[in-house]
Amino acid sequence: MEGMVEKRGWGLWLTHLGLIAGICIICYPLYIALIASTLTQADLVTPPMPLLPGGHFLENYRDALFSGMSVPVWKMMANSMVMALGITIGKIAISLISAYAIVYFRFPLRSFFFWMIFLTLMLPVEVRIVPTYEVIAGLHLLNSYSGLILPLVASATATFLFRQLFMTIPDELVEAARVDGAGPVRFFLDILLPLSRTNIAALFVILFIYGWNQYLWPLLITTEPEMNTIVMGIKQMLPTGDQTVEWPVIMATAILAMVPPVVVVISMRNLFIKGLIESEK
Amino acid sequence: MEKRVFFRNRWLPYILVAPQIAVTLVFFFWPAGEAIYQSVFMPDPFGLKTNYVGLANFQFLFTDPYYRNSFATTAVFSFSVTAVSMSAALWLAVLADRVGKKAGGYTTLLIWPYAVAPAIAGVLWMFLFMPSIGVLARALGHFGYSWNHSLNGGEAMILVVIASAWKQISYNFLFFLAGLQSIPRSLIEAAAIDGASFSRRFWTIVFPLLSPTTFFLLVVNVVYAFFETFGVIHTITGGGPQQSTSILVYKVFSDGFVGQDLGSSAAQSVILLLLVGGLTIIQFRYIERRVQY
Repeated sequence: MEGMVEKRGWGLWLTHLGLIAGICIICYPLYIALIASTLTQADLVTPPMPLLPGGHFLENYRDALFSGMSVPVWKMMANSMVMALGITIGKIAISLISAYAIVYFRFPLRSFFFWMIFLTLMLPVEVRIVPTYEVIAGLHLLNSYSGLILPLVASATATFLFRQLFMTIPDELVEAARVDGAGPVRFFLDILLPLSRTNIAALFVILFIYGWNQYLWPLLITTEPEMNTIVMGIKQMLPTGDQTVEWPVIMATAILAMVPPVVVVISMRNLFIKGLIESEK
Repeated sequence: MEKRVFFRNRWLPYILVAPQIAVTLVFFFWPAGEAIYQSVFMPDPFGLKTNYVGLANFQFLFTDPYYRNSFATTAVFSFSVTAVSMSAALWLAVLADRVGKKAGGYTTLLIWPYAVAPAIAGVLWMFLFMPSIGVLARALGHFGYSWNHSLNGGEAMILVVIASAWKQISYNFLFFLAGLQSIPRSLIEAAAIDGASFSRRFWTIVFPLLSPTTFFLLVVNVVYAFFETFGVIHTITGGGPQQSTSILVYKVFSDGFVGQDLGSSAAQSVILLLLVGGLTIIQFRYIERRVQY
Protein backbone atom coordinates (compact mmCIF):
# COMPACT_ATOMS: atom_id res chain seq x y z
CA MET A 1 0.00 0.00 0.00
CA GLU A 2 1.23 3.49 -0.83
CA GLY A 3 1.67 5.62 2.24
CA MET A 4 -0.66 8.57 2.24
CA VAL A 5 2.15 11.09 2.63
CA GLU A 6 3.73 10.05 -0.63
CA LYS A 7 2.68 12.71 -3.07
CA ARG A 8 0.89 11.76 -6.24
CA GLY A 9 0.07 13.69 -9.38
CA TRP A 10 1.71 17.03 -9.91
CA GLY A 11 3.09 17.21 -6.37
CA LEU A 12 5.25 14.22 -7.23
CA TRP A 13 6.28 15.87 -10.50
CA LEU A 14 7.36 18.95 -8.60
CA THR A 15 9.47 16.79 -6.29
CA HIS A 16 11.17 15.15 -9.26
CA LEU A 17 11.64 18.54 -10.86
CA GLY A 18 13.29 19.89 -7.69
CA LEU A 19 15.67 16.94 -7.56
CA ILE A 20 16.55 17.29 -11.22
CA ALA A 21 17.22 21.01 -10.75
CA GLY A 22 19.49 20.23 -7.79
CA ILE A 23 21.36 17.59 -9.77
CA CYS A 24 21.83 19.99 -12.69
CA ILE A 25 23.42 22.54 -10.36
CA ILE A 26 25.64 19.91 -8.71
CA CYS A 27 26.74 18.43 -12.05
CA TYR A 28 27.20 21.77 -13.85
CA PRO A 29 30.92 22.29 -13.01
CA LEU A 30 31.68 18.76 -14.18
CA TYR A 31 29.76 19.28 -17.44
CA ILE A 32 31.60 22.51 -18.24
CA ALA A 33 34.95 20.88 -17.43
CA LEU A 34 34.14 17.93 -19.71
CA ILE A 35 33.13 20.24 -22.56
CA ALA A 36 36.19 22.46 -22.09
CA SER A 37 38.43 19.40 -22.24
CA THR A 38 37.24 18.72 -25.81
CA LEU A 39 37.76 22.25 -27.17
CA THR A 40 40.75 24.30 -28.26
CA GLN A 41 42.21 27.25 -26.40
CA ALA A 42 40.88 29.47 -29.21
CA ASP A 43 37.31 28.22 -28.58
CA LEU A 44 37.64 29.23 -24.94
CA VAL A 45 39.07 32.70 -25.35
CA THR A 46 36.55 33.81 -27.97
CA PRO A 47 33.17 34.12 -26.28
CA PRO A 48 30.74 32.52 -25.96
CA MET A 49 32.21 29.14 -25.03
CA PRO A 50 30.44 26.33 -26.95
CA LEU A 51 28.12 24.27 -24.75
CA LEU A 52 28.46 21.10 -26.80
CA PRO A 53 31.56 18.89 -27.05
CA GLY A 54 34.20 19.83 -29.62
CA GLY A 55 36.40 17.52 -31.61
CA HIS A 56 39.65 17.79 -29.67
CA PHE A 57 39.05 15.19 -26.98
CA LEU A 58 41.83 12.80 -28.01
CA GLU A 59 44.32 15.56 -28.68
CA ASN A 60 43.83 17.28 -25.28
CA TYR A 61 43.93 14.09 -23.26
CA ARG A 62 46.97 12.88 -25.18
CA ASP A 63 48.72 16.19 -24.52
CA ALA A 64 47.89 15.99 -20.84
CA LEU A 65 48.80 12.33 -20.36
CA PHE A 66 52.03 12.27 -22.33
CA SER A 67 53.45 15.77 -22.19
CA GLY A 68 51.69 17.65 -19.36
CA MET A 69 53.45 20.84 -18.28
CA SER A 70 56.51 19.92 -16.24
CA VAL A 71 55.83 16.21 -15.95
CA PRO A 72 53.44 13.96 -17.92
CA VAL A 73 50.10 13.42 -16.20
CA TRP A 74 50.32 9.62 -16.46
CA LYS A 75 53.38 9.79 -14.19
CA MET A 76 51.50 11.89 -11.63
CA MET A 77 48.56 9.47 -11.80
CA ALA A 78 50.91 6.55 -11.18
CA ASN A 79 52.32 8.39 -8.14
CA SER A 80 48.79 9.06 -6.88
CA MET A 81 47.86 5.42 -7.33
CA VAL A 82 50.90 4.21 -5.37
CA MET A 83 50.19 6.72 -2.60
CA ALA A 84 46.44 5.95 -2.45
CA LEU A 85 46.91 2.18 -2.40
CA GLY A 86 49.79 2.41 0.06
CA ILE A 87 47.76 4.52 2.47
CA THR A 88 44.65 2.36 2.09
CA ILE A 89 46.31 -1.01 2.49
CA GLY A 90 48.64 0.28 5.21
CA LYS A 91 45.83 1.78 7.26
CA ILE A 92 43.67 -1.33 6.98
CA ALA A 93 46.51 -3.71 7.83
CA ILE A 94 47.90 -1.91 10.87
CA SER A 95 44.42 -1.08 12.20
CA LEU A 96 43.23 -4.66 11.87
CA ILE A 97 46.13 -6.08 13.88
CA SER A 98 46.13 -3.37 16.52
CA ALA A 99 42.37 -3.71 17.04
CA TYR A 100 42.89 -7.47 17.29
CA ALA A 101 45.52 -7.02 19.98
CA ILE A 102 43.35 -4.60 21.95
CA VAL A 103 40.20 -6.73 21.83
CA TYR A 104 41.58 -10.28 22.15
CA PHE A 105 44.52 -9.89 24.52
CA ARG A 106 45.11 -8.62 28.02
CA PHE A 107 48.47 -6.93 28.51
CA PRO A 108 49.77 -4.25 30.84
CA LEU A 109 49.90 -1.29 28.43
CA ARG A 110 46.64 -2.10 26.63
CA SER A 111 44.56 0.89 27.63
CA PHE A 112 47.57 3.21 27.40
CA PHE A 113 48.00 2.22 23.72
CA PHE A 114 44.29 2.55 23.15
CA TRP A 115 44.31 6.16 24.36
CA MET A 116 47.41 6.93 22.38
CA ILE A 117 45.64 5.82 19.22
CA PHE A 118 42.55 7.79 20.25
CA LEU A 119 44.57 10.99 20.69
CA THR A 120 45.75 10.92 17.07
CA LEU A 121 42.21 12.01 16.16
CA MET A 122 43.18 15.38 17.59
CA LEU A 123 46.35 15.70 15.53
CA PRO A 124 45.48 16.08 11.83
CA VAL A 125 48.41 16.77 9.46
CA GLU A 126 47.20 20.33 9.05
CA VAL A 127 48.04 21.29 12.63
CA ARG A 128 51.55 19.82 12.68
CA ILE A 129 52.68 20.79 9.20
CA VAL A 130 56.16 22.16 9.86
CA PRO A 131 57.40 19.69 12.50
CA THR A 132 56.12 16.64 10.59
CA TYR A 133 57.95 17.94 7.52
CA GLU A 134 61.09 18.25 9.63
CA VAL A 135 60.77 14.66 10.85
CA ILE A 136 60.40 13.39 7.27
CA ALA A 137 63.32 15.53 6.11
CA GLY A 138 65.42 14.19 9.01
CA LEU A 139 64.62 10.62 7.95
CA HIS A 140 65.62 11.49 4.34
CA LEU A 141 62.17 10.59 3.09
CA LEU A 142 61.45 13.74 1.05
CA ASN A 143 60.46 12.89 -2.54
CA SER A 144 59.89 9.22 -1.74
CA TYR A 145 56.84 6.99 -1.70
CA SER A 146 57.52 6.05 1.94
CA GLY A 147 57.49 9.74 2.82
CA LEU A 148 54.15 10.18 1.06
CA ILE A 149 52.57 7.14 2.69
CA LEU A 150 54.02 6.48 6.16
CA PRO A 151 52.87 9.58 8.08
CA LEU A 152 49.30 8.95 6.91
CA VAL A 153 48.93 5.24 7.72
CA ALA A 154 48.01 5.53 11.41
CA SER A 155 44.26 5.41 11.80
CA ALA A 156 42.21 5.81 14.93
CA THR A 157 38.96 5.63 12.96
CA ALA A 158 39.78 2.32 11.29
CA THR A 159 41.06 0.87 14.59
CA PHE A 160 37.78 1.82 16.33
CA LEU A 161 35.74 0.41 13.49
CA PHE A 162 37.48 -2.98 13.67
CA ARG A 163 37.37 -2.93 17.46
CA GLN A 164 33.58 -2.46 17.33
CA LEU A 165 33.23 -5.23 14.78
CA PHE A 166 35.32 -7.66 16.85
CA MET A 167 33.26 -6.89 19.95
CA THR A 168 30.14 -8.18 18.16
CA ILE A 169 31.76 -11.49 17.25
CA PRO A 170 30.54 -14.20 19.67
CA ASP A 171 33.03 -15.48 22.24
CA GLU A 172 31.96 -19.04 21.40
CA LEU A 173 34.00 -18.78 18.22
CA VAL A 174 37.19 -18.23 20.20
CA GLU A 175 36.32 -21.12 22.49
CA ALA A 176 35.57 -23.40 19.56
CA ALA A 177 38.83 -22.41 17.89
CA ARG A 178 40.72 -23.17 21.11
CA VAL A 179 39.11 -26.59 21.41
CA ASP A 180 40.26 -27.28 17.87
CA GLY A 181 43.77 -26.34 18.95
CA ALA A 182 43.95 -23.09 16.95
CA GLY A 183 46.26 -20.40 18.29
CA PRO A 184 45.72 -16.64 18.05
CA VAL A 185 47.33 -16.35 14.62
CA ARG A 186 45.21 -19.17 13.18
CA PHE A 187 42.05 -17.67 14.70
CA PHE A 188 42.83 -14.26 13.19
CA LEU A 189 43.57 -15.59 9.72
CA ASP A 190 40.89 -18.29 9.45
CA ILE A 191 37.98 -16.79 11.37
CA LEU A 192 38.33 -13.06 12.04
CA LEU A 193 39.57 -11.97 8.61
CA PRO A 194 36.83 -13.74 6.62
CA LEU A 195 34.21 -12.32 9.00
CA SER A 196 35.59 -8.79 8.46
CA ARG A 197 35.49 -9.01 4.68
CA THR A 198 32.59 -6.61 4.02
CA ASN A 199 33.86 -4.06 6.53
CA ILE A 200 37.32 -4.17 5.00
CA ALA A 201 35.84 -3.61 1.54
CA ALA A 202 33.70 -0.70 2.72
CA LEU A 203 36.66 0.89 4.45
CA PHE A 204 38.77 0.35 1.36
CA VAL A 205 36.45 2.57 -0.68
CA ILE A 206 36.54 5.41 1.87
CA LEU A 207 40.29 5.22 2.44
CA PHE A 208 41.14 5.01 -1.25
CA ILE A 209 39.33 8.31 -1.82
CA TYR A 210 41.06 9.80 1.22
CA GLY A 211 44.47 8.69 -0.06
CA TRP A 212 43.97 9.73 -3.67
CA ASN A 213 42.71 13.19 -2.67
CA GLN A 214 45.62 14.13 -0.38
CA TYR A 215 46.87 17.61 -1.21
CA LEU A 216 48.79 19.40 1.52
CA TRP A 217 51.14 16.55 2.40
CA PRO A 218 52.35 15.80 -1.17
CA LEU A 219 52.61 19.55 -1.73
CA LEU A 220 55.08 19.84 1.15
CA ILE A 221 57.26 16.82 0.61
CA THR A 222 57.41 16.29 -3.16
CA THR A 223 59.70 19.06 -4.35
CA GLU A 224 60.74 17.12 -7.47
CA PRO A 225 58.11 17.24 -10.27
CA GLU A 226 58.76 13.54 -10.92
CA MET A 227 57.20 12.72 -7.53
CA ASN A 228 54.14 15.02 -7.79
CA THR A 229 50.71 13.49 -7.43
CA ILE A 230 47.99 14.54 -9.85
CA VAL A 231 45.79 16.30 -7.30
CA MET A 232 48.60 18.63 -6.19
CA GLY A 233 50.44 18.68 -9.53
CA ILE A 234 47.52 20.40 -11.23
CA LYS A 235 48.20 23.47 -9.12
CA GLN A 236 51.50 23.97 -10.97
CA MET A 237 49.57 24.15 -14.24
CA LEU A 238 47.29 26.96 -13.11
CA PRO A 239 48.03 30.51 -14.23
CA THR A 240 49.77 32.87 -11.84
CA GLY A 241 48.73 36.41 -12.70
CA ASP A 242 47.92 37.18 -16.32
CA GLN A 243 49.94 34.44 -17.93
CA THR A 244 48.09 32.37 -20.54
CA VAL A 245 47.76 28.65 -19.99
CA GLU A 246 46.25 25.80 -21.98
CA TRP A 247 42.88 25.52 -20.25
CA PRO A 248 41.64 22.53 -22.30
CA VAL A 249 44.68 20.54 -21.13
CA ILE A 250 44.16 21.67 -17.52
CA MET A 251 40.51 20.62 -17.68
CA ALA A 252 41.49 17.26 -19.17
CA THR A 253 43.91 16.85 -16.24
CA ALA A 254 41.16 17.77 -13.75
CA ILE A 255 38.90 15.11 -15.29
CA LEU A 256 41.71 12.55 -15.13
CA ALA A 257 42.26 13.43 -11.46
CA MET A 258 38.56 12.76 -10.75
CA VAL A 259 38.10 9.55 -12.69
CA PRO A 260 39.62 6.96 -10.30
CA PRO A 261 37.89 8.07 -7.06
CA VAL A 262 34.57 8.85 -8.77
CA VAL A 263 34.54 5.48 -10.52
CA VAL A 264 35.25 3.77 -7.19
CA VAL A 265 32.36 5.60 -5.47
CA ILE A 266 29.83 4.99 -8.25
CA SER A 267 30.72 1.38 -8.94
CA MET A 268 30.78 0.46 -5.25
CA ARG A 269 27.97 2.75 -4.19
CA ASN A 270 26.46 0.56 -1.51
CA LEU A 271 29.79 -0.36 0.05
CA PHE A 272 30.72 3.33 -0.03
CA ILE A 273 27.56 4.39 1.82
CA LYS A 274 28.05 1.60 4.37
CA GLY A 275 31.69 2.59 4.89
CA LEU A 276 30.88 6.28 5.19
CA ILE A 277 28.10 5.88 7.70
CA GLU A 278 29.90 3.28 9.79
CA SER A 279 33.23 5.03 9.97
CA GLU A 280 31.49 8.00 11.58
CA LYS A 281 29.74 6.07 14.33
CA MET B 1 32.88 -3.30 26.99
CA GLU B 2 35.30 -6.18 27.41
CA LYS B 3 35.64 -9.62 25.91
CA ARG B 4 35.09 -12.47 28.35
CA VAL B 5 37.38 -14.80 26.43
CA PHE B 6 40.84 -13.83 25.31
CA PHE B 7 44.19 -15.21 24.29
CA ARG B 8 47.21 -15.38 26.53
CA ASN B 9 50.51 -14.49 25.00
CA ARG B 10 53.37 -12.55 26.48
CA TRP B 11 54.77 -10.85 23.37
CA LEU B 12 52.29 -11.25 20.49
CA PRO B 13 50.01 -8.31 21.41
CA TYR B 14 52.99 -5.95 21.51
CA ILE B 15 54.08 -7.05 18.06
CA LEU B 16 50.53 -6.51 16.78
CA VAL B 17 50.23 -2.94 18.06
CA ALA B 18 53.84 -2.04 17.27
CA PRO B 19 53.35 -0.69 13.70
CA GLN B 20 50.43 1.54 14.70
CA ILE B 21 52.21 2.80 17.81
CA ALA B 22 55.47 3.40 15.95
CA VAL B 23 53.77 5.54 13.29
CA THR B 24 51.80 7.35 15.96
CA LEU B 25 54.92 8.19 17.97
CA VAL B 26 57.15 9.21 15.08
CA PHE B 27 54.66 11.14 12.96
CA PHE B 28 52.06 12.36 15.47
CA PHE B 29 53.39 12.75 18.99
CA TRP B 30 56.96 13.69 18.15
CA PRO B 31 55.90 16.50 15.72
CA ALA B 32 53.16 17.69 18.06
CA GLY B 33 55.66 17.85 20.92
CA GLU B 34 58.06 19.66 18.61
CA ALA B 35 55.34 22.21 17.77
CA ILE B 36 54.70 22.88 21.45
CA TYR B 37 58.45 23.17 22.09
CA GLN B 38 59.07 25.52 19.15
CA SER B 39 56.13 27.69 20.12
CA VAL B 40 58.04 29.06 23.13
CA PHE B 41 61.23 29.87 21.18
CA MET B 42 62.14 32.63 18.78
CA PRO B 43 65.15 32.75 16.45
CA ASP B 44 67.45 35.76 16.97
CA PRO B 45 67.55 38.31 14.12
CA PHE B 46 70.64 36.70 12.57
CA GLY B 47 69.13 33.21 12.63
CA LEU B 48 72.16 31.91 14.55
CA LYS B 49 70.37 30.56 17.58
CA THR B 50 66.94 30.45 19.13
CA ASN B 51 66.03 31.97 22.45
CA TYR B 52 63.43 30.90 24.96
CA VAL B 53 60.70 33.53 24.91
CA GLY B 54 57.92 31.97 26.99
CA LEU B 55 54.50 32.89 25.73
CA ALA B 56 55.73 35.84 23.66
CA ASN B 57 54.84 34.14 20.37
CA PHE B 58 51.27 33.72 21.57
CA GLN B 59 51.13 37.24 22.93
CA PHE B 60 52.36 38.55 19.60
CA LEU B 61 49.78 36.50 17.69
CA PHE B 62 46.86 37.87 19.64
CA THR B 63 47.95 41.44 19.05
CA ASP B 64 48.69 40.78 15.37
CA PRO B 65 45.81 42.22 13.33
CA TYR B 66 46.45 39.70 10.53
CA TYR B 67 46.04 36.78 12.91
CA ARG B 68 42.93 38.23 14.47
CA ASN B 69 41.56 38.78 10.98
CA SER B 70 42.33 35.19 10.17
CA PHE B 71 40.14 34.12 13.11
CA ALA B 72 37.28 36.25 11.80
CA THR B 73 37.84 34.94 8.25
CA THR B 74 37.76 31.36 9.53
CA ALA B 75 34.53 32.03 11.42
CA VAL B 76 32.80 33.60 8.39
CA PHE B 77 34.13 30.89 6.08
CA SER B 78 33.18 27.88 8.20
CA PHE B 79 29.78 29.31 9.12
CA SER B 80 28.96 29.96 5.45
CA VAL B 81 30.24 26.59 4.20
CA THR B 82 28.27 24.76 6.90
CA ALA B 83 25.06 26.76 6.35
CA VAL B 84 25.09 26.55 2.53
CA SER B 85 26.09 22.92 2.35
CA MET B 86 23.74 21.64 5.07
CA SER B 87 20.66 23.54 3.89
CA ALA B 88 21.13 22.50 0.26
CA ALA B 89 21.69 18.89 1.34
CA LEU B 90 18.66 18.88 3.63
CA TRP B 91 16.47 20.24 0.85
CA LEU B 92 17.66 17.54 -1.57
CA ALA B 93 17.34 14.81 1.05
CA VAL B 94 13.73 15.81 1.83
CA LEU B 95 12.90 15.64 -1.89
CA ALA B 96 14.66 12.30 -2.33
CA ASP B 97 12.90 10.93 0.73
CA ARG B 98 9.52 11.94 -0.76
CA VAL B 99 10.33 10.13 -3.99
CA GLY B 100 10.96 7.05 -1.84
CA LYS B 101 12.61 3.87 -3.07
CA LYS B 102 12.87 5.08 -6.64
CA ALA B 103 15.37 7.81 -5.65
CA GLY B 104 18.38 5.50 -6.21
CA GLY B 105 19.36 6.98 -9.55
CA TYR B 106 19.18 10.48 -8.15
CA THR B 107 21.38 9.48 -5.21
CA THR B 108 24.16 8.31 -7.53
CA LEU B 109 24.11 11.65 -9.35
CA LEU B 110 24.28 13.52 -6.04
CA ILE B 111 27.03 11.64 -4.23
CA TRP B 112 29.90 11.74 -6.73
CA PRO B 113 31.28 15.15 -5.61
CA TYR B 114 32.30 13.43 -2.36
CA ALA B 115 35.01 11.67 -4.39
CA VAL B 116 36.39 14.90 -5.85
CA ALA B 117 39.48 16.28 -4.11
CA PRO B 118 39.05 19.76 -2.59
CA ALA B 119 41.86 21.02 -4.83
CA ILE B 120 40.10 19.72 -7.94
CA ALA B 121 36.79 21.24 -6.76
CA GLY B 122 38.75 24.48 -6.53
CA VAL B 123 40.02 24.12 -10.11
CA LEU B 124 36.51 23.41 -11.47
CA TRP B 125 34.90 26.42 -9.78
CA MET B 126 37.83 28.70 -10.50
CA PHE B 127 37.47 27.88 -14.20
CA LEU B 128 33.77 28.85 -14.12
CA PHE B 129 34.61 32.20 -12.53
CA MET B 130 37.82 33.15 -14.38
CA PRO B 131 37.28 36.87 -15.07
CA SER B 132 38.36 36.66 -18.74
CA ILE B 133 37.07 33.28 -19.90
CA GLY B 134 34.86 31.82 -17.13
CA VAL B 135 31.32 30.95 -18.22
CA LEU B 136 29.70 32.25 -15.04
CA ALA B 137 31.92 35.32 -14.75
CA ARG B 138 30.90 36.24 -18.30
CA ALA B 139 27.24 35.59 -17.55
CA LEU B 140 27.54 38.02 -14.63
CA GLY B 141 29.21 40.43 -17.03
CA HIS B 142 26.09 40.36 -19.19
CA PHE B 143 24.15 41.64 -16.20
CA GLY B 144 26.65 44.45 -15.86
CA TYR B 145 28.53 42.94 -12.91
CA SER B 146 32.25 42.64 -13.39
CA TRP B 147 33.46 39.70 -11.34
CA ASN B 148 37.12 39.45 -10.35
CA HIS B 149 37.91 37.30 -7.34
CA SER B 150 41.63 37.99 -7.65
CA LEU B 151 41.02 41.65 -6.80
CA ASN B 152 37.86 41.61 -4.70
CA GLY B 153 38.14 39.92 -1.28
CA GLY B 154 34.39 39.46 -0.90
CA GLU B 155 34.11 37.70 -4.23
CA ALA B 156 37.11 35.52 -3.37
CA MET B 157 35.37 34.49 -0.16
CA ILE B 158 32.11 33.71 -1.98
CA LEU B 159 33.96 31.55 -4.49
CA VAL B 160 35.88 29.47 -1.92
CA VAL B 161 32.66 29.02 0.08
CA ILE B 162 30.76 27.79 -3.00
CA ALA B 163 33.50 25.35 -4.01
CA SER B 164 33.90 23.99 -0.47
CA ALA B 165 30.17 23.71 0.20
CA TRP B 166 29.55 22.04 -3.18
CA LYS B 167 31.98 19.25 -2.33
CA GLN B 168 30.41 18.63 1.08
CA ILE B 169 26.75 18.45 -0.08
CA SER B 170 27.05 14.75 -0.95
CA TYR B 171 28.18 13.82 2.52
CA ASN B 172 25.45 15.82 4.25
CA PHE B 173 22.85 14.51 1.80
CA LEU B 174 23.62 10.87 2.62
CA PHE B 175 23.41 11.42 6.37
CA PHE B 176 20.23 13.50 6.15
CA LEU B 177 18.62 10.91 3.88
CA ALA B 178 19.52 8.12 6.32
CA GLY B 179 18.12 10.23 9.16
CA LEU B 180 14.87 10.93 7.31
CA GLN B 181 14.40 7.29 6.41
CA SER B 182 14.74 6.26 10.05
CA ILE B 183 11.76 8.41 11.10
CA PRO B 184 8.72 6.15 11.52
CA ARG B 185 6.25 6.66 8.64
CA SER B 186 3.31 6.16 11.00
CA LEU B 187 4.21 9.32 12.91
CA ILE B 188 4.13 11.47 9.80
CA GLU B 189 0.99 9.80 8.48
CA ALA B 190 -0.81 10.40 11.75
CA ALA B 191 0.00 14.10 11.49
CA ALA B 192 -1.13 14.12 7.86
CA ILE B 193 -4.45 12.55 8.87
CA ASP B 194 -4.83 15.33 11.44
CA GLY B 195 -4.54 17.73 8.53
CA ALA B 196 -1.03 19.10 9.18
CA SER B 197 0.44 20.59 6.02
CA PHE B 198 3.80 19.47 4.64
CA SER B 199 5.73 22.41 6.02
CA ARG B 200 4.02 22.04 9.41
CA ARG B 201 4.85 18.32 9.51
CA PHE B 202 8.41 19.15 8.58
CA TRP B 203 9.05 21.78 11.25
CA THR B 204 7.13 20.15 14.11
CA ILE B 205 7.96 16.46 13.59
CA VAL B 206 10.67 15.78 11.04
CA PHE B 207 13.14 18.54 11.88
CA PRO B 208 13.18 17.93 15.66
CA LEU B 209 13.58 14.18 15.12
CA LEU B 210 16.49 14.89 12.79
CA SER B 211 18.30 16.94 15.43
CA PRO B 212 20.86 14.25 16.36
CA THR B 213 21.87 14.00 12.68
CA THR B 214 21.89 17.78 12.31
CA PHE B 215 24.08 18.26 15.36
CA PHE B 216 26.48 15.56 14.26
CA LEU B 217 26.74 17.10 10.78
CA LEU B 218 27.26 20.54 12.28
CA VAL B 219 30.43 19.36 14.05
CA VAL B 220 31.65 17.39 11.02
CA ASN B 221 31.11 20.36 8.70
CA VAL B 222 32.93 22.78 10.96
CA VAL B 223 35.88 20.36 11.16
CA TYR B 224 35.75 20.01 7.37
CA ALA B 225 35.73 23.77 6.81
CA PHE B 226 38.59 24.29 9.27
CA PHE B 227 40.95 21.58 8.09
CA GLU B 228 40.00 19.96 4.81
CA THR B 229 39.43 23.00 2.62
CA PHE B 230 43.11 23.91 2.36
CA GLY B 231 43.19 22.59 -1.24
CA VAL B 232 40.25 24.76 -2.30
CA ILE B 233 41.83 27.92 -0.94
CA HIS B 234 45.33 27.13 -2.14
CA THR B 235 44.20 26.52 -5.74
CA ILE B 236 41.65 29.34 -6.08
CA THR B 237 42.96 32.30 -4.09
CA GLY B 238 46.23 31.41 -2.39
CA GLY B 239 44.79 33.06 0.72
CA GLY B 240 44.31 36.41 -0.99
CA PRO B 241 43.56 39.03 -2.06
CA GLN B 242 45.07 40.82 0.96
CA GLN B 243 44.70 37.67 3.11
CA SER B 244 40.91 37.89 2.75
CA THR B 245 40.64 34.10 2.44
CA SER B 246 43.52 33.16 4.76
CA ILE B 247 41.84 30.80 7.18
CA LEU B 248 43.81 29.59 10.24
CA VAL B 249 45.15 26.42 8.60
CA TYR B 250 46.21 28.38 5.56
CA LYS B 251 48.10 30.83 7.76
CA VAL B 252 50.02 28.08 9.56
CA PHE B 253 51.16 26.94 6.12
CA SER B 254 51.97 30.36 4.70
CA ASP B 255 53.75 31.64 7.82
CA GLY B 256 55.64 28.40 8.39
CA PHE B 257 56.57 27.38 4.84
CA VAL B 258 56.43 30.50 2.77
CA GLY B 259 57.30 33.06 5.47
CA GLN B 260 59.65 30.73 7.43
CA ASP B 261 58.43 32.22 10.71
CA LEU B 262 58.74 28.97 12.66
CA GLY B 263 58.00 30.27 16.15
CA SER B 264 54.79 31.93 15.07
CA SER B 265 53.75 28.98 12.91
CA ALA B 266 54.37 26.61 15.84
CA ALA B 267 52.32 28.81 18.18
CA GLN B 268 49.51 28.82 15.62
CA SER B 269 49.74 25.02 15.44
CA VAL B 270 49.32 24.83 19.21
CA ILE B 271 46.22 27.05 19.05
CA LEU B 272 44.77 24.83 16.30
CA LEU B 273 45.61 21.79 18.37
CA LEU B 274 43.47 23.15 21.19
CA LEU B 275 40.64 23.89 18.74
CA VAL B 276 40.67 20.36 17.28
CA GLY B 277 40.83 18.95 20.80
CA GLY B 278 37.73 20.90 21.74
CA LEU B 279 35.84 19.85 18.62
CA THR B 280 36.80 16.18 19.13
CA ILE B 281 35.56 16.28 22.71
CA ILE B 282 32.25 17.80 21.58
CA GLN B 283 31.92 15.11 18.94
CA PHE B 284 32.55 12.28 21.39
CA ARG B 285 30.38 13.63 24.17
CA TYR B 286 27.59 13.85 21.68
CA ILE B 287 28.15 10.30 20.48
CA GLU B 288 28.06 9.01 24.04
CA ARG B 289 24.72 10.73 24.42
CA ARG B 290 23.46 9.23 21.20
CA VAL B 291 24.23 5.75 22.49
CA GLN B 292 21.70 6.25 25.29
CA TYR B 293 18.89 7.03 22.86
